[in-house]
Amino acid sequence: MRTEQILKQTLLLAGGVIMLMPFLWMISTSLEQGGFYNYVEAWNRVPFGTYFLNTLIVTSLTLVGVLITSSLAAYSFGTMEYPGRDKLFLLFLSTMMVPQPVYLAPSYVILAKLGWVDTYLALIVPWTTNVFSIFLLRQHFMTLPKSLYEAARLDGCSRFGYLWRVALPLSKSVIATIMLFNVIGSWNSFMWPLVVTHSEKLRVLQVGLSYFNQEQSSNYQLLMAASTFSILPLLILFLFAQKHLVASYSRTGLKD
Amino acid sequence: MRTGSRISPYLYILPALIIVVCFRTIPILASFTASFADYDIGGFHGFLGFSNYERMFTDARFWNSVSNTVFFVLGVVPAGIAIPLVLAMLLRGELRGKAIYRTIYFLPVVTSAVAVSVVWTWLFKPEAGPINGVIIALGGDPLMWLREPRGIFEMILSPLGIKPEGIFAGPSLALVSLMIVSVWKSIGYNTVLFLAGLENIPKTYYEAANLDGAGKWGSFRHVTWPLLSPTTFYVLIMSTIASFQTFALVYVMTPPPGGGPLGTTNVIVFYLFQKAFDRFDIGYASAISVFLFIVLLGLTIIQRRVGERRVHYS
Repeated sequence: MRTEQILKQTLLLAGGVIMLMPFLWMISTSLEQGGFYNYVEAWNRVPFGTYFLNTLIVTSLTLVGVLITSSLAAYSFGTMEYPGRDKLFLLFLSTMMVPQPVYLAPSYVILAKLGWVDTYLALIVPWTTNVFSIFLLRQHFMTLPKSLYEAARLDGCSRFGYLWRVALPLSKSVIATIMLFNVIGSWNSFMWPLVVTHSEKLRVLQVGLSYFNQEQSSNYQLLMAASTFSILPLLILFLFAQKHLVASYSRTGLKD
Repeated sequence: MRTGSRISPYLYILPALIIVVCFRTIPILASFTASFADYDIGGFHGFLGFSNYERMFTDARFWNSVSNTVFFVLGVVPAGIAIPLVLAMLLRGELRGKAIYRTIYFLPVVTSAVAVSVVWTWLFKPEAGPINGVIIALGGDPLMWLREPRGIFEMILSPLGIKPEGIFAGPSLALVSLMIVSVWKSIGYNTVLFLAGLENIPKTYYEAANLDGAGKWGSFRHVTWPLLSPTTFYVLIMSTIASFQTFALVYVMTPPPGGGPLGTTNVIVFYLFQKAFDRFDIGYASAISVFLFIVLLGLTIIQRRVGERRVHYS
């Protein structure tokens, strides 16, 4: 039994070192020669401050949009009865079967027709609804007892009041999951912002980092410093929320 | 009932509905329509019937991207199942440091594909990169990694005097490098799924297997593996679908315009991207999109069918 434990630990440790190695190399290279000054240099070489700010704006506004649209739609789909409800829900779900690259080109054409190419609108508006978030919240709303709704209505709670004061406060865990998934998704999103924006003042972090990589391809220290500070915010979020996050991933079986 | 409350359910879904219709349903339908049209930088020039598809089926570069993608999937998916399965078996049950291991293995999952690609590009650098540094220190010959267009079977077999050609040369070392990164990035996620699957296997099955005198291997073969099969199947399909859509790794690690040395890392989504946004050949890009969609839809349907059967079975 003891030898088995030792063997297990050895294998896991070796695996852990391999998994961690790229991060360790990243940090150690980022500190070579210039030391911490590499971070300052990388930050100032291209406007990383702007990239961060853009990513922050896009991530937070997208999240606000997702929370509003998902709560409202999930409330309707999960607790109300009306003609056409299931057909509409199916329309929503069917879009989940189609991956983004499939409709990327026509999306660009539509954005161009709207005059939205190279604006914040293009980065934010199309992502203010997330069907999977609606689905998760709907499933949760369906588990709330009907008697709760009836009691709240008897107490003079309006329909919207029930959502705002009763249903949502009872859904904190699901909302946390939705927030984590959407923040990670927007923060790391790359293909969409790459396509729908061109100017540097609208560049988000991932696109900025990829251009920086092309321009400074031999300047490893700066590249590793830039990678480190790009990863850092999500890394911190992950360390704080990892228990909930890992549980969410394993419950929902969803990535990105 | 007041009319207000009769239409209010629809008002609640309206914001989401507008976004879904404008930015999902319409673009998806437009993709199908455009695949039959002559649509380029100058706009819409009329319908062409199937000629975008004819062009696609005779386009050697398209088939090259398909075969690169298939190589990629065939490399990434089995490794992305085997390694996480072993890790999940090791992490199962009471274990010291379990939480720390899980954190470490999961780290690459939440890290952006772009940052991961930038870091691995440096690790793979033929000159002065750390991986070649280790190989040289161990007395080996440095490799070109992301810049190596030769197939790996060709590289392995050519010293023996065998020279496999074409598809038998295998994926280029550049593409294999991308596979390594992709597996590394997804290990944590798949491990978590396997761990959840393992927890769902009732302990009584193992007790019964023990009573029947099954050893470690026996209980894995007759209890774990068959009872874990819904999870394994789910991971299989999900990683296949994800691998079919690889883009960021290719874009950043083997940067445009190329799609890798001699186009050997040009996968289908990257090719689609080039056609749509370098050439603005929307019609042709849409035909490729539809092809991709049909492949992925097929996989999703298989997953649903088999998934349902499993559920009924158990």
